[in-house]
This record gives sequence, C-alpha cells and structure tokens, in this order.
Amino acid sequence: MELTIGAKLLNNYPFLGSLIIFGIGCYTVLSNSNLLKKLLGINIMESSIFLFYVATGNIRGGVPPIVDLAQPEALYINPLPTGLMLTGIVVSISVTGFALALIIKLYRFYGTMDANEIFEIRNEGKNNGSSS
Amino acid sequence: MLDFILKKVVLILLPFIQMFGIYVIFHGHLSPGGSFAGGIIVAVGFICYSLVFGAEKGQEKIPHKITNLIESFGTLWYGLMGLVGVLRGAGFLLNKGAVAVGQPGNLFSGGLIFLITFGVGLKVASTMVTLFFTLTEEE
Amino acid sequence: MAKRLVPILAMILVIMALYVFMLAVAELPPYGNVDNPAHNYVYEHYVNNALEETGVLNIVTAIILDYRSYDTLIEATVLFTSIMAVLITLKKGEQH
Repeated sequence: MELTIGAKLLNNYPFLGSLIIFGIGCYTVLSNSNLLKKLLGINIMESSIFLFYVATGNIRGGVPPIVDLAQPEALYINPLPTGLMLTGIVVSISVTGFALALIIKLYRFYGTMDANEIFEIRNEGKNNGSSS
Repeated sequence: MLDFILKKVVLILLPFIQMFGIYVIFHGHLSPGGSFAGGIIVAVGFICYSLVFGAEKGQEKIPHKITNLIESFGTLWYGLMGLVGVLRGAGFLLNKGAVAVGQPGNLFSGGLIFLITFGVGLKVASTMVTLFFTLTEEE
Repeated sequence: MAKRLVPILAMILVIMALYVFMLAVAELPPYGNVDNPAHNYVYEHYVNNALEETGVLNIVTAIILDYRSYDTLIEATVLFTSIMAVLITLKKGEQH
C-alpha cells in the first residue's frame, strides 16, 4: 500500500535530520558576512553530509562490522559508507585548516574579517588608484 | 593561563588521554577506531597541554623539528610499506601474501596493516599539532 | 536596509531548497532495510571475505587499508599538501 509523504519522511528520520542540519549550515553561510562564521556553516553542512552517508549504510538489527570470531554468521551493517566518509572527514579537516590560514592572512592584511567591509576597502583602493 | 585547578586537572588527565590515543591506534585492526581517530586523540593531548600551559611550553614538549620529520616521513612510510608487497611477490599495498598476518584476534597480527596504522596515526597527530601551533601563532 | 533583508531572503531560499530535498528524501528506499540497493554484491563480498583475504577483524580497517588502499595513500598526501599550504600561507618574513 502507498504511504503518505509524511509517513515516508518519518520513516527516513536520519535523512530528515541530516537535511535539517544542512539547512542550518546553509542559512549560516548565506546570512552571515563574517568569514569565520561562513566557515563554521560550511563545517555544519559537511557534518550533515557525513550523517546522511553513514545512515545509508545502516541495517536494522545489524551489528557493527567487527568480525566476531564466536559467531561469524551475524548480520553486519554496511562498512563501505563509513570507510568512504573517513576520506571525507580528512578532506574536510584539510579544507578547514587552509581556509583558517587564508582568513588569518586576510585579517592581517585588511584588519577585519567581515566580507562586506573587505569588499568596500578593496573598491576604495581601486577608485583611488584609477583617479590618481 | 594561571589557573591552579585547570593545571592540576590537565596534568592528571594527560597520561590517560595519551594512553587511550595509543591504544586506539594499536587496536585499529581489532576494534573500532584506527589511525585517524587515534592520531587525533594523541594530538588532543598535546593541544590540551599547550592551551593550559601556553604555547611556548607546548612547543618544548613537541618541537617543530620532530613534527616536520614525522610529517615528511609518514607518507613515505606508507609508500615503503606498499613496496614490501611488491618485493615479496604480491601486489602493491596488498596485505595478505606480503608478510605473515598471524592469528586474527591477537594484538600483533594483521601484517602490514598494523605497521601502516602506526605510521599514519603518528602522521595525523603531527598534522593536527602543526595546524594548531601554526594557526595560533602570534605576530 | 538591504542588509536587513539578507537573512530573510536567505531563510526563504533555504526553506524552498529544503522542501525540494524533502520530496527527494521521501522517495528514498526505507531506512535500515536489508534489501536496500546500497547493500549490493560489494557489501556481501566485503563482509564475507574480509577476514580470509586480509587477516584483520575490523572490516572498515580492511577496506580503507587493503581493498581501497590507494585511496588512503592519496588521503595522507592530501593532509601533507594542506599542511604545506598552511605553512606557506602563514610564512613569516616578507609582508606586502
């Protein structure tokens, strides 16, 4: 029989939770002009993607994918999404570190971390340079 | 920076954090965890120490020279361990067939995976420590 | 005035995007089902043969350090590259 959309959504509650976290991260990126807060929002979005992927590999009633020598015929959950997300976490750490370094460099150069103020300063510099 | 309670608590907790990190690294082939998680736990110990006692004392514990060496040789160690498989007649980075894997379930088993986990764990720890010290450095 | 509008516009945009994503999530296979397309022959091969083919108990470790070992090797290179980039960006000395 056909379930309604609400029942399907509630059945897929980890995916729904990851969507909500994604929305929070996306709103943080869009509404803040502070570069550090934008980076925080990107990190929140990455966490939601990790949650989505790891939830894809779950099986109800399964055990974690560590082979138990006592009972080798157990139902193991899918280990592949977990392994793939390890790569994602490492890339996210690398990207965060490099972005933090760039933000520190911008702060030393312009004296502010606000994207709008940085654009204003850059436009002023351009106008002065062309007129003089 | 001069908090008495914070210093005492960190000094008590630090050995346990480091031991747990090393435990997670060495049991990567038997239990949940592995090189990345264990390396980050080891690094958290150093970061905790230098947050409470100041960056200078933290740098004395783990100087730039050592982290640079580990950083450079961690990836090389991984590649060399892969070449062991080629030398023994198996494929590049292949585990079984390259060295004896031992009895599954023992601590010293798993062949190359045990060694690779050790190298990558040290490399991840040094990466996190280097990131922390570089980003918090003052002018 | 325009800066006041930015959070409201962002909220409307995010809610519209989330609505579309929610329609997609409702059509996904049911969560935690054994017959999902995610659990295909690759999963069966890994779960059944990991212990004999690699000799380690942790299947995730077997995947990332044996079956997909090139992935992890390049991953270590990614960490190395990022730390190099950070050190070059925050290099002391010449300021301009």
